[in-house]
Amino acid sequence: MSDDIERGLESSLRRKLLMGMAAIPAVALMPKFALGAGPATSEVNTTGLAVTDTEVTVGILHSVTGTMAISETGSVQAEKLAIEQINAAGGVLGRKIKYIQEDGASDWPTFAEKAKKLLVQDKVAAIMGCWTSASRKAVLPVIEQYNGMLYYPTFYEGLEQSKNVIYTGQEATQQILAGLDWVAKEKAGKSFYLIGSDYIWPRTSMKIARKHIEAHLGGSVSGEEYFPLGHTQFNSVINKIKLRKPDVIYCAVVGGSNVAFYKQLKAAGIDLSKQTLLTISVTEDEIDGIGGENITGAYACMKYFQSLENDNNKEFVAEFKKMWGEKTVIGDVTQAAYLGPWLWKMTVEKAGSFDVDKIAVASTDIEFTKAPEGYVKIHENHHLWSKARVGQVQPDGQFKVVFETADLIEPNPFPEGYQ
Amino acid sequence: MFAEYSLPELGSIFVMQGFAGLILFSVFLLMALGLAIIFGQMGVINMAHGEFMILGAYVTYFTSQFFLNYIPALFSIYFFLAMGLAFLASGALGMFIEWAMIRHLYKRPLDTLLATWGLSLILQQLYRSFFGPREVGVELPEWMMGSIPVTDMVEVQINGLFVMGLTMAITIAVAFLMYKSRWGKQVRAVVQNRVMAGAVGINTEKVDRYTFALGCGIAGVAGSAFTMIGSTGPTSGQLYIVDTFLVVVFGGAASLLGTIASAFTISQAQSTMEFFLSGSMAKVLTLLGVVGILMLRPQGLFTLKVRR
Amino acid sequence: MKNTAFLNRSELIAVAILAVLILVVLPMSLDGFRLNLVGKYLTYAFVALGLVMCWGFGGILSLGQGIFFGLGGYCMAMFLKLEASSVENTKIQSTPGIPDFMDWNQITSLPWFWEPFKSLPATMLLVVGVPVLLAFILGFAMFTRRVGGTYFAIITQAIAAILTILIIGQQGYTGGINGITDLRTLNGWDIRTDDAKFILYFVSAGLLFACILIAYFVKHSKLGRILVAMRDKEDRVRFSGYNVSNFKIFVFCLAAAFAGIGGAMFTLQVGFMSPSFVGIVPSIEMVIYAAVGGRLSILGAIYGTLLVNWAKTAFSESFPELWLLGLGGLFIAVVLAFPNGLAGIYTSYAEPFIRKLMNKKPDILPGGNIPQGSPAE
Repeated sequence: MSDDIERGLESSLRRKLLMGMAAIPAVALMPKFALGAGPATSEVNTTGLAVTDTEVTVGILHSVTGTMAISETGSVQAEKLAIEQINAAGGVLGRKIKYIQEDGASDWPTFAEKAKKLLVQDKVAAIMGCWTSASRKAVLPVIEQYNGMLYYPTFYEGLEQSKNVIYTGQEATQQILAGLDWVAKEKAGKSFYLIGSDYIWPRTSMKIARKHIEAHLGGSVSGEEYFPLGHTQFNSVINKIKLRKPDVIYCAVVGGSNVAFYKQLKAAGIDLSKQTLLTISVTEDEIDGIGGENITGAYACMKYFQSLENDNNKEFVAEFKKMWGEKTVIGDVTQAAYLGPWLWKMTVEKAGSFDVDKIAVASTDIEFTKAPEGYVKIHENHHLWSKARVGQVQPDGQFKVVFETADLIEPNPFPEGYQ
Repeated sequence: MFAEYSLPELGSIFVMQGFAGLILFSVFLLMALGLAIIFGQMGVINMAHGEFMILGAYVTYFTSQFFLNYIPALFSIYFFLAMGLAFLASGALGMFIEWAMIRHLYKRPLDTLLATWGLSLILQQLYRSFFGPREVGVELPEWMMGSIPVTDMVEVQINGLFVMGLTMAITIAVAFLMYKSRWGKQVRAVVQNRVMAGAVGINTEKVDRYTFALGCGIAGVAGSAFTMIGSTGPTSGQLYIVDTFLVVVFGGAASLLGTIASAFTISQAQSTMEFFLSGSMAKVLTLLGVVGILMLRPQGLFTLKVRR
Repeated sequence: MKNTAFLNRSELIAVAILAVLILVVLPMSLDGFRLNLVGKYLTYAFVALGLVMCWGFGGILSLGQGIFFGLGGYCMAMFLKLEASSVENTKIQSTPGIPDFMDWNQITSLPWFWEPFKSLPATMLLVVGVPVLLAFILGFAMFTRRVGGTYFAIITQAIAAILTILIIGQQGYTGGINGITDLRTLNGWDIRTDDAKFILYFVSAGLLFACILIAYFVKHSKLGRILVAMRDKEDRVRFSGYNVSNFKIFVFCLAAAFAGIGGAMFTLQVGFMSPSFVGIVPSIEMVIYAAVGGRLSILGAIYGTLLVNWAKTAFSESFPELWLLGLGGLFIAVVLAFPNGLAGIYTSYAEPFIRKLMNKKPDILPGGNIPQGSPAE
C-alpha cells in the first residue's frame, strides 16, 4: 500500500525532473550546482561531516513508537516530503540528501542517546527532529557539545535560544498575544478561564496569557486549572466553567486528554458557537481524533492552517496528500517541520558550506518565499518571523481563517514583562 | 468561595456536580468490572486490560465507518451492534490468550503480570502497525451527543446517562451470572477450591477460559462505550490501567460489591476534590488516600473468606 | 556450597569472568560512544541486581524500582544543577544563583529541601539515604501488615504514578516534565568530555562490583537463607520465631539503595534526570532485565540488563516497530518458557556440557526451582 504511493511519487517526480531538464531555459535558470557538479567536498565540509561528492546525510529524530507517535508522525512525513522535493530539484550544493531516521520512542533519554549517535557515529550534517520540549531539552546539551544543527518544529514555551538550534515553530508570545488581542476585541472577551495539561508548555503559556490579560487587556482570569497528562475526566471542571461563566475558555490541553475534554464539553451542552473557546493546542491532527463535529465553532490560534489560501500552500497540500494519502491532514507543526529541510538547504547554499559554525551564522535573515504559511524569515535569535492566525473549526475538521496579523511578528523568546 | 453565588445557582451546581460524580462512578465501575472478574475470580493480573478496551474502541470505530459508508440510514443505532461486536472481539481474543498463555501461569500470579505486560506492548504495536499511529475519531449518532436541559443551569448529559444505564445493566448481568446462574456457581467453586471443584466434575479449564473471556469481553464493551468520552489510539489503553487496578484492589479483590463500593468512593472523592482543588492535586490526593487506606487495610474494603 | 562467608569457587570464577568482560574486553573493543551506552546500561544493572535480591530471593515483586532509581538520580542532579547555576553562570536571570527553571517559575530563593545539595558529601549520603528512607516507610507500612504478592506490586505501581504526577506538577521545584537538564560539572570536573565519560564508566563498573559482592554476602549469610525460606513458606518461617517483616524491609531497602546508586551514576553519565524514569513503564522494564537474566541469579541480572538493552539499541536503530514486538515477546517467552532466564539456560544446558568437557562430576545445582505461588498472605 505505502509502497505503491511511494512508487507513484517517485515516478511523478522523475517525470517532473525530466520535463524540467527538457526545457533548456529552465536549466539555465536553475542554480549553478543543480546538476550534480557541486564544489569540492573538501571545501564545503571542513569538520568531517558525512558529506561525499554526491551525497549529504541528515538525521530525522522523532518518536515512531510510544505515546508521542500520535503527534510526531506528521512531522516525519513532512520532513521526508521536503527532502524528496529538494532532491528532485537537484539537492543541496549538488549533493543528494540521504536521511537516517532514528526513533526517540517517546522517551527523553532515548532522544539524547539517538542524537548523540547521529552526531558522533553517523556525522550527520543536520538533525530534523524532536517534538516535545522535554525531548528538546534532553537533546540540546548533546547538540551543543558535539556542535550539531537541530531544526525543531514545535510551537513551544520560549525561554531558550541556541546557536545550534533553529526553531521553526512559534515561541509562546508569537502564538499567544495576537490571538488574545483578537478575542478581546472581536468577541468582547473580558473574563478568561485558563485550562491546560500539567507541564511546562501550558504553564508557561498560561503565565504569559495571564499577564497579558491582566496588564494589557484589562480583563480578568476567572479560573486557572491544570490536569495531569492523559487525564480523561473533565466533568468537574466543566461544571466550574458553567458556574463562573467566563467570556472565553482559553485552552492548552494536549494529547489524549484533548479528545476527552472536547467530547465531554459538547456532551455537557456547552455550545461552542455561543461560548467562545480559544485553544493553542488543537491542530488539524488533533481534530482527527476529536472528531470535527465535536469541536465545531472553537477558535484556534496558530501560524498555519491546512486551509490557508495561497499558491504555496495549495501546492504543498497537494504534494503532501499525493505522498501520504488523501486522508492525511496537515497541522501547524507538520508545516513547521516541512520548513526545516528547506531552510537548512538555503542556509547551506548561502554559506557555501555544510560546516555547522558557518550555517549558524548564515541562518540570520534566510528567507523562504515558498513556505506554505506564506513567507518566513529567520531572526538572528534563530526563531522565525511569522504571522499569527486565528481559525474557526468547521464540521469537516478544517479551519476557516477568521483573522491574520497584518505583519510578521518578531520572535521574542525572552519576553520582558511576561516572566 | 461560595459567597459570590446565589442560592439557586449553588443548588444547581450541587446537582450537576453530583451527576458528574455519578458519571465518573459509572466509568470507573465499567472499567473495573472486567478486571474484577479476571483478577478477583482468577487471581490473574491482566496488565493488558486497557488494550482489550481499546480493541473494543477500534471495533466501534470500524463499525461506525462501515455504517457511514454502506448503510447510513441505520447509523443512529449502529452503536448497539458495535458494542456487541466489541464484546465478541475482545472476548475471542481473551479466550485465545487464556489458551495460549494464561493457563500455564495460574500458579504464578506475579508472572501473569509480566506476561500480560508483554502482551500489552505487542497489542499496542499491532494497533499502531495496522490502524496507524494517529488517534481515530469515532463518529457518534447525533442523539447520543448533547444534553437535556432541565433548568437553566442543570443539564443532563445524554452520554452520561447512557454510560450509567450500560454500567447498571452490565453490573446486574454480571451479578446474576455470578451469583444465580449455574455457571457462576461453578466459577465460584473453582475460585474457592480448584481441586475439589474438579473432583466433583466441574471442567475447571473450561470455566477458566470462559471467565477470562467474559472479563475481556466486558473490557471490550467498556472500551466501546468510552469512545463517547475519551480518545481512541494505540496507546490510549494505558490511560486507564492504574485507576482500574486501584478500584479493584481497593474494593477487595474477590467481591463484586466491594468493586462497586470502591468505584463509588474513589469517584466521589475525586470529583469533589477536583471541584475545590486543581486537577493535578485532586488526582494526587485521591491516589494517596487510596494507597494510605490500602496500607491500613490491605485486604480492601470488602473481602471474601477463601480457603487456600 | 559450604563456603558461607563470601564467594565460593565457582562464583569467584564467574565474577572474575564478568569483571574481565566489563573492565577489559568492552573498553578495549568499543568506541567511546558505544562504551558510554554500556555505561548507561550498567546503571540499570544496579536496579536489576536489587530486583534479584528482593524479588528472586525475597519473593517481593516491586513495580516501583524506578522510584528509587529516579530519587537517587534526582539527588545527584540537584547537586550538579546547583553547581551549574552559580551566580556568574546565571546572571541573566532575575534571581541569579538559582536553577534556571526556578527562575522561570517566579521562585526567588532556593527552597529549603535544595539546601543540602550544595555539599557533595551530603548529596552522596542522600543518594542512598532518600531511596532507603522511602523504601523503609513503604516497607514498614506494608510488610508489618502483611501486604504481599500482587497487592504490593500494584501499590508500588500507584506510588510510582503519584510521584510522577507530583514531580511534573511541581515544576518550579523539580524542573517538571523536562527534568533537571544541562548538568555540567562535578566539583569543577567537566562530566561532559569523553575522558570524563570513560572514567565514569569505570566508576560505575566498580560500584556495580561492590554491590555484587554485597549481594553475594547477603545471599550466603544466614539472612539470605531466611529470605529464601520466607519466599517459599512464609508462615513456617514466622512460626519458627522469625520476624518476617523485618527481613523483608531490609531486603527492600537494600534494593532501593542499589537503585539509588544506579540512578546517581545514570545522571552523571547521561547529564540529566527526568520524571520519565520514575514512572510505571521504566519500572516494569527494569523487572524484565532481571527476569531475562534469571531472577535467582545475581550475575544473570547484569547479563540480562546488558543483553536486553543491547538488543533494544540495535533493533531500534534499524527496526523500531519490531522492537516493541520483540520486547513484548521477550516478556512472554521469559515467563512461559524460561522462568529462570539466562541463568536457567546456563545451568541446565551449558553447565553440564562444560562439566563434561572438564571431566568433572556434577554436584547439586544451586537454586534450581522457581518460586511456586505467591507467599502466603
